[in-house]
Amino acid sequence: MANYSTNEFKAGLKIMQDGEPCSIIENEMVKPGKGQAFNRVRIRKLISGKVVEKTFKSGDTVEGADVVDVELAFLYSDGEFWHFMNNDTFEQLAADAKAVGDMTKWLVEQNVCVLTLWNGSPIAVTPPNFVELEIVETDPGLKGDTAGTGGKPATLTTGAVVKVPLFVQRGEVIKVDTRSGEYVSRVQK
Amino acid sequence: MLQPSDAWQPSADLATLQLRAAMLRQVRDFFYRRNVLEVDTPLLARFGVTDPHLTNLTTQLSGDSHNWALQTSPEFAMKRLLAAGSGCIYQLGKAFRDDEQSARHNPEFTLLEWYRIGFDLKQLMDELEQLVQLLLVDAPAANYLTYQQAFQRYLQVDPFAVNSHSALQQALQSYASVADVARRETDSDTLQQLAMACVIEPQLDPAIPTFITHYPASQAALACLSNTDSRVAERFELFYGGLELANGYHELTDAMLQQQRFVADQQQRSLLSRPPASADTRLVAALTHGLPACAGVAVGFDRLVMLRCGQQHIRQVLPFAIDRA
Repeated sequence: MANYSTNEFKAGLKIMQDGEPCSIIENEMVKPGKGQAFNRVRIRKLISGKVVEKTFKSGDTVEGADVVDVELAFLYSDGEFWHFMNNDTFEQLAADAKAVGDMTKWLVEQNVCVLTLWNGSPIAVTPPNFVELEIVETDPGLKGDTAGTGGKPATLTTGAVVKVPLFVQRGEVIKVDTRSGEYVSRVQK
Repeated sequence: MLQPSDAWQPSADLATLQLRAAMLRQVRDFFYRRNVLEVDTPLLARFGVTDPHLTNLTTQLSGDSHNWALQTSPEFAMKRLLAAGSGCIYQLGKAFRDDEQSARHNPEFTLLEWYRIGFDLKQLMDELEQLVQLLLVDAPAANYLTYQQAFQRYLQVDPFAVNSHSALQQALQSYASVADVARRETDSDTLQQLAMACVIEPQLDPAIPTFITHYPASQAALACLSNTDSRVAERFELFYGGLELANGYHELTDAMLQQQRFVADQQQRSLLSRPPASADTRLVAALTHGLPACAGVAVGFDRLVMLRCGQQHIRQVLPFAIDRA
């Protein structure tokens, strides 16, 4: 993997730090009128998800991280691995529980997800921003209730629990925003 | 993101530009009243700087293969005028530095620089403080800290102690963002510059103009060394509002020492794999002729405007920042 000089630093660049692939969020030059310049950089560690600040001497080089994002369709889980497929090449890839994390609750068969690969292996899975899932369990609500008056928990087919309006019933399919985990709307079947 | 169709518009608003113009006039008035002569030395000159951490932009003239340097400051030319008998002079104009773009840097910026014959550093700091109070109406009285006091106060390290390098490396381990780079650094000046720029400077009270004085002799740049303490240079910096505003010297007048510092800069450049830079032989010749004892300071004028207007980014005080130039 190529090395990068600090003057190539910009948001989105993937570099290695502390043995972990990281993505640069923000790069700021600290340059006194006299003397050495430094780059103060905010980075997100792509495995732990931690955001840290690091300082580099301007002009130094840093090892790049071979990190790419690919779009793959979710196929199924065998309990240990989550299997994805490239819809163009039909090539398959398996992500382990560590890579999938708590995104497992938003994985719907056939949905195209973004897999972040480090040296070819998945380290993170990002589901589509919106997914449609069926409610398998929720308390019966009151007729005539309108959205925005509190709500109740509903369990979806994947095990995800989402707060829904009182009028939404078991067996209905709802649209959920996976970034916030919030109910968006009912979906007409 | 900047849309191409918006790129014709100024990066500063018009009210800021009016205030900027008023401040330019105040500066000229300040020096007119003090009988300091305004000069405008060339921005395009045969020699650039040797300072290992500055980069000249260069260009060529037709019929001539020489790389002409856009000046990073008017210092050398102004000193040649002083040696020619100009008396006290100031310059308020553009300077250029390559590799400098940030919220506080634009590659083309406005520098205010002046030289006072017979002044010592304290007199020059007093005059700078008066100018700052004139331009930044609410500025309180300045605070003074020596370089040594600043390191002792914020890092509990004496930068002049024998074991200061390892003590400073250790102290910096408490600051997560610089811990790695501090541990690896073998050069003491670089380590101290890291501590100053990334740890001490952010902790200075932004509400009070603070002069840091008595820089280490190894970071003298173009200042003379102290007569009473050879460990320190007669150099100061002014910090205010979280910004480095000014850098001043009791000027080095000894031509031979100047020549030695040029050579030391060139060796440092080569160690850092920076492109070589020729020493300005005309400055050395002027010093050989005789530079009167004087003190001089350079002030980032755009940063003064940032403070006056409460702006966080230099682009907000420039008619057209580099991305719209």
